[in-house]
Amino acid sequence: MDHFLQMKNVSKTFGEVSALHNVNFEVGTNEIVGLLGDNGAGKSTLVKIMTGYHQPDPGGEFILKGKKVDHLSVARARDMGIEVVYQERALADKQSLWRNIFMGRELSNSWGRLNLREMREETAKLMHTLMGFTSSAVTPESVVKNFSGGERQGVAITRALYFKAEMIILDEPTMGLSLSETKKCLEFVAGIKAAGKAAIFIDHNIFHVYPVADRIVVLDRGSVAGQFMKNELTLQELIDRLYDVAQTGTLKTKARRAARGKRKAK
Amino acid sequence: MKTSGEAARLKSPVAGRSTISQFARAYSLQIGIVFVALFIWVLFLIGSPRTFLAGDIYIAFMSTTPFFALMAIPLTLVVITGEIDLSFGSIMAFGMTAYSLVFTATGSAWLGFIACLVAGLGAGILNGIIVVKIGIPSLVTTIGTQFFWAGVVLVLTNGSGLGMTEVRDTILYPALVGRIFGVIPAQFVWTIIFAAVVWFFLNRHKFGAHVYLIGDNVESAKLMGVNVDLTKIITFAVVGFAAAFAGFVVSEEVLYFWPTLGGGYLLNTLASVFLGGTSVFGGMGTIFGTFVASFIIGSINAGIVAANLTGYWTQLIYGLIIVVSVALQTMLGKRFR
Repeated sequence: MDHFLQMKNVSKTFGEVSALHNVNFEVGTNEIVGLLGDNGAGKSTLVKIMTGYHQPDPGGEFILKGKKVDHLSVARARDMGIEVVYQERALADKQSLWRNIFMGRELSNSWGRLNLREMREETAKLMHTLMGFTSSAVTPESVVKNFSGGERQGVAITRALYFKAEMIILDEPTMGLSLSETKKCLEFVAGIKAAGKAAIFIDHNIFHVYPVADRIVVLDRGSVAGQFMKNELTLQELIDRLYDVAQTGTLKTKARRAARGKRKAK
Repeated sequence: MKTSGEAARLKSPVAGRSTISQFARAYSLQIGIVFVALFIWVLFLIGSPRTFLAGDIYIAFMSTTPFFALMAIPLTLVVITGEIDLSFGSIMAFGMTAYSLVFTATGSAWLGFIACLVAGLGAGILNGIIVVKIGIPSLVTTIGTQFFWAGVVLVLTNGSGLGMTEVRDTILYPALVGRIFGVIPAQFVWTIIFAAVVWFFLNRHKFGAHVYLIGDNVESAKLMGVNVDLTKIITFAVVGFAAAFAGFVVSEEVLYFWPTLGGGYLLNTLASVFLGGTSVFGGMGTIFGTFVASFIIGSINAGIVAANLTGYWTQLIYGLIIVVSVALQTMLGKRFR
């Protein structure tokens, strides 16, 4: 499998607190990775390292598209095709739809003069194609404050797709969404796979992660407690294992049990 | 025409009423302040028709309002990013101190003028750096730097002022405080130019797009790669620069630099920004609003005198106008948004 991203022995400490400890994590070029873990397991820290928001402690390796990256900035991460869809922090509420779509990547000439017309027109197009807005009450000038949870997710997702993301990180995308909005969101995640892109799907809710993920990684207290391909475990088995993780800090996978079996045989 | 057709199609599938309501929604801040200005103007007309139907009073407004409007305009940017600056009054005097030192040493008004602007710019940049790099809230930082620069001024000048009659012989005098066509105060023209430039950068440039995003949701702006620190430092720097410029204009107008310069402009300037509809919470505000609000603030004093009320009424009416009009704008804003 080609890797889009590989992290080897990545750690991150904040003062005295160790948020991540020797984490090994990878994502294939066309793979949906489900990232599970309790509050404080280190999911957000891991994401913030991948997006260049935090720098990892020295010592680990960070490899993007086969090349070692020493200092990943937010801008560089985006240039490399890493895009995040945050639930709550994605949008600037008081700003118009078009300002949100082009946030931080405004279309402008080389002097920085904004190309307002093009941004409005592009936004209008996206509204009809990717976002599926049909109401005439919504225009590119509409302030996003009044959008529903699903619509907001749609704006953030559209933004990622429009800017040709290669790996989309979804940080708890279904939190607080209604049933039908969740369904729409999961369809989108499946759409990322169909489009040949990669994704990391972070959620508390295994019922949302399980159906769309190819591989599931479980983080616990800053370390990778275990990982497995989806076809290794049924949903019920996964749930049982997660209870184990909460108590023991390690995830029993078939591979691991097989390895243990071999050792015993020897 | 393709553009207008396109815009009309995008803006208004249901023509007519919805176009008006969308216009009202998009420009509610600006519309609100224009109504406030008209209302106060009508009050003044009724109170003292003879004064307010003649031109002289308006020339007076154009002459004195720029002293703080010049600072209120860039201060709007700072407030939109969710920060505040209270030190610009001291920076006015600090810039002029730089002027007086350089002028005394070299005898050149021009070098003094440049030193003044550089000092203001530097003081503004320092505010920005303290706020973003050390992380002290701007309210606290600029209370501190306000005292600091005021102190620096007193120490360096020994509390004594400087006559500026020499400036009269340079082009600086007619260019900054002269009367264009013998009527229009030059500082008013500079205020318009300044407002236009800041408006351009706020509304038609990446810089301004980032200013709004930072004030609205600094977390998502950072996540989307906006250089938050640099943008904020620039906004503080522009206020510092404008304060030094305004300080020079004020001193030139009276041809004397008083080391206590700036103290009287703090509240007028802040009031202009907030009366103009800029949100204390950041993310919202317009240059147009601040510009109009500056002239409302600038007219109140003269209006009260002209309306034959005693000066004792001034503060009461300031307070009323600010509180009532901001309350009205907030209520209007809720209706339209």
